[in-house]
Amino acid sequence: MNLAFRNAVQGGDDKPKLPGSLHVNRRLDQWLSIQPGGTVTITPGKVELGQGIITALAQIAAEELDVALPRLVVRPASTPGSPDEAVTSGSLSVQESGMAIRHACAEARAIFVGVAAQKTGVPREDIAVQDGDFVAPDGRVLGSYWSMADAALLAVEATPGDRAKPASARRIAGTSAPRLDLPAKIFGQPRFVHDMRLPGMMHARMVRPAARGATLAALRDGPLPGGATIFRDGSVLAALATQEHHAEAAAARLAARASWDAADTLPEEHAIEAWMDSAPREDSIVLERSAETPAPARRIARRFFRPFITHGSIGTSCAVATWTGDTVEIWCHSQGIYNLRADLTKALRMPADNIILHHVEGAGCYGHNGADDVALDAALIARAHPGTPIRVLWSRAEELAWGPASPAMIVDVAAEAEADGTLLRWSQQVLSNGHSGRPGRGALPTLLAASMMADGFPVPPAINPPLAGGGGAQRNAVPPYRVPALKVDMARITAMPLRTSALRGLGALVNVWAIESVMDELAAQAAEDPLAHRLRHLDDARSRDVLSRAARMADWPNRQKRDGIGMGLAVSRYKGSGAWCAAVAEIEAGERIRCKRLWLAADVGEVVNPDGSLNQIEGGAIQATSLCLLEAVRHDARNVTSDSWETYPILRFTDVPRVQAELIARPEAPPLGAGECSLGPVIAAIANAIADALGVRVTRWPFTPENIARAMDDA
Amino acid sequence: MSVSFTLNGAAVAAPIEDEAPLLAALRGPLGLSGTRYGCGAEQCGACLVLVDGQPAYSCTLHSGVVAGRSVTTVEGLGTPEAPHPLQTAFLELQAGQCGFCLSGILLRASVLLRDKPAPTEDDVRAALDPHLCRCGSHNRIIRAVLRAAAIGQPA
Ligand code: FES
Ligand code: FES
Repeated sequence: MNLAFRNAVQGGDDKPKLPGSLHVNRRLDQWLSIQPGGTVTITPGKVELGQGIITALAQIAAEELDVALPRLVVRPASTPGSPDEAVTSGSLSVQESGMAIRHACAEARAIFVGVAAQKTGVPREDIAVQDGDFVAPDGRVLGSYWSMADAALLAVEATPGDRAKPASARRIAGTSAPRLDLPAKIFGQPRFVHDMRLPGMMHARMVRPAARGATLAALRDGPLPGGATIFRDGSVLAALATQEHHAEAAAARLAARASWDAADTLPEEHAIEAWMDSAPREDSIVLERSAETPAPARRIARRFFRPFITHGSIGTSCAVATWTGDTVEIWCHSQGIYNLRADLTKALRMPADNIILHHVEGAGCYGHNGADDVALDAALIARAHPGTPIRVLWSRAEELAWGPASPAMIVDVAAEAEADGTLLRWSQQVLSNGHSGRPGRGALPTLLAASMMADGFPVPPAINPPLAGGGGAQRNAVPPYRVPALKVDMARITAMPLRTSALRGLGALVNVWAIESVMDELAAQAAEDPLAHRLRHLDDARSRDVLSRAARMADWPNRQKRDGIGMGLAVSRYKGSGAWCAAVAEIEAGERIRCKRLWLAADVGEVVNPDGSLNQIEGGAIQATSLCLLEAVRHDARNVTSDSWETYPILRFTDVPRVQAELIARPEAPPLGAGECSLGPVIAAIANAIADALGVRVTRWPFTPENIARAMDDA
Repeated sequence: MSVSFTLNGAAVAAPIEDEAPLLAALRGPLGLSGTRYGCGAEQCGACLVLVDGQPAYSCTLHSGVVAGRSVTTVEGLGTPEAPHPLQTAFLELQAGQCGFCLSGILLRASVLLRDKPAPTEDDVRAALDPHLCRCGSHNRIIRAVLRAAAIGQPA
């Protein structure tokens, strides 16, 4: 739930429109301050998730202020001082935070130059800014940000008006810059929340129930290692000790001594599709366009199924909390500290002013993992130990099994076309649990422990943000192709046996796979090249551009039919409003499917850090390859059973495809964010490459030998 | 109760039980942060260290096993002032996103380059196969290892 989501839900206000998050955090000193020592501190509300955002924001600030990039210091977000930018999600950070910082820094520069002009009589338009020095036409230095550093100058609200540099004048924003956070990570210096060591800190490990929704019935007594003690609040159970390995060993012993009132609450894995079809649901129409169409010559109806999948962060969720008096201070890697604070006020039943949150980097999260949950775990335990900092680290099993999962999805597509493949009708029905169970939105807290603590709260079912805010299950469910009659429906399952929430791309992954598979099949039926078939159905020039570029990169027209090798392509504009990306995949179909190569072309509008954007686009592509070839959350009627890397395998080095990625430069266009645009097209391109190699449409995820064999049987 | 060994070239004594994982000794009493917990089960490589120059998973290795031996963690590989060629190459190619996987990967790659100073791309992939990276930084990491090989190993 980024600001785009919030605005879509709550509507705007009548204040003069300011760019991005500046509109709702209007004071300049919420965004930047000048230090007399020669540095500029920027204070965005968006946070570093390993995606490189703090570097991009520093570049934007350095550009507008005309100071060298090394002078920029980015302060991690904290409550209550940082601007509330809701959640760092949805590939919106450059739009929301970047545009706020661009505007705020341009205005700050104008204020400082104005003061220098007033003091010296040199007209403001004659003053140049050179690495923070204000320079007169004759070369005299009239002052600098540092010599004039005065907090009062920025203690004002931003005003409308375009003072930012034109794209053609940018030197720092738009040029690749090395990531500010990477050196510490390459030299093993403390930077992650996992690395925090506070005086007197104790380590805690959670003990999870024997089944979903189970309640703690009894706990047998017995010795614990290292003087470990027990924390219990309802069914929230933990072991804590001064040394981390003692907490871990003690938690294992507690797990063996605990008995739980457990029941079957999950649908059996093999019956998940039937369960989805019959589960309680809430239907809605996403988009409907009626038209009279001639009788079709071709009809394709396909059902696409994807099981639950999960984030799989390499580092597990972690938080540190200290309770002092009636206030709790928490360090965590939440994507949205204000939203988390809102849920903590409900779960802890205390005012927001008494909860102080600091963002500290964690491992990449790729959406809503356990980062918020572990903050409540730590807060609850810390409440029982006033004055003692408590560090909670989730185990690998918790990370894979107890964090929110991305919901299982069914997408039914029915398309009608003329004999030459020209589309006449398209209907798409999306069925899944909600894709967002993020905190801070509803009356009930969504945090894991909130439903397990004594006097706890029922788990609210996940929702789908409205399409204007990016959508959830329905993200990218509207095909980008010209089609006279269109109907897109969504059904949100309102029973939630497994907690679900946002994972990089949300519903786009399955919707794009479904749409691009059916387009491919139509082209094949009409004996038309899949590239040409798409191009003639695309009205959007930027979609055509990325698709043509990716096809050129892969030398698509000259591809040869080779035994056991397949090539496929796909295109999508992320969310229908974000970045454009097209992918060509080459796969080898042996005992299993291996993706050998990917070619990607993306248009993300203005690019602040080209190297960083390419890193994100390629990273998304490799993650997508892993997701569709290998990944499914395994479960029985009680629990998630895929709780190790052996049971939830992800792509390894020897199976990673070679990737060639290019950006189409649009310096004048608004920035659109690069983090999520490549996933849908890559998955769809791989599916189409499988069809090219094997002549079979894979409609069940993951694309394993079993699911391909099943598709062959069905064909 | 103490385990004595050489850590990144210096003699240390960690007040910890012999059976405690080496990872706990490194991150606990020895105060280092570069060696990371990822799975505790030899399945991800985040915790990889070198013991007498050989790769070892510190998440499962008992501390007592390294008594009298020499342990290298990422902190011992190089420093910002004196980086290992791998660290230089990883920075040059921006080989990483969240960076959580990198410590183990750097150490594993250092063994590869020591044993095979001019590896092929396939050699690098095979050597790094026990390591997971969820951010999809693999290809940059492979290129960075190859670049470090080209820069040459320190004597
Ligand atoms: S933490 Fe040791 S291999 Fe994963
Ligand atoms: S860079 Fe994030 S896991 Fe490898």
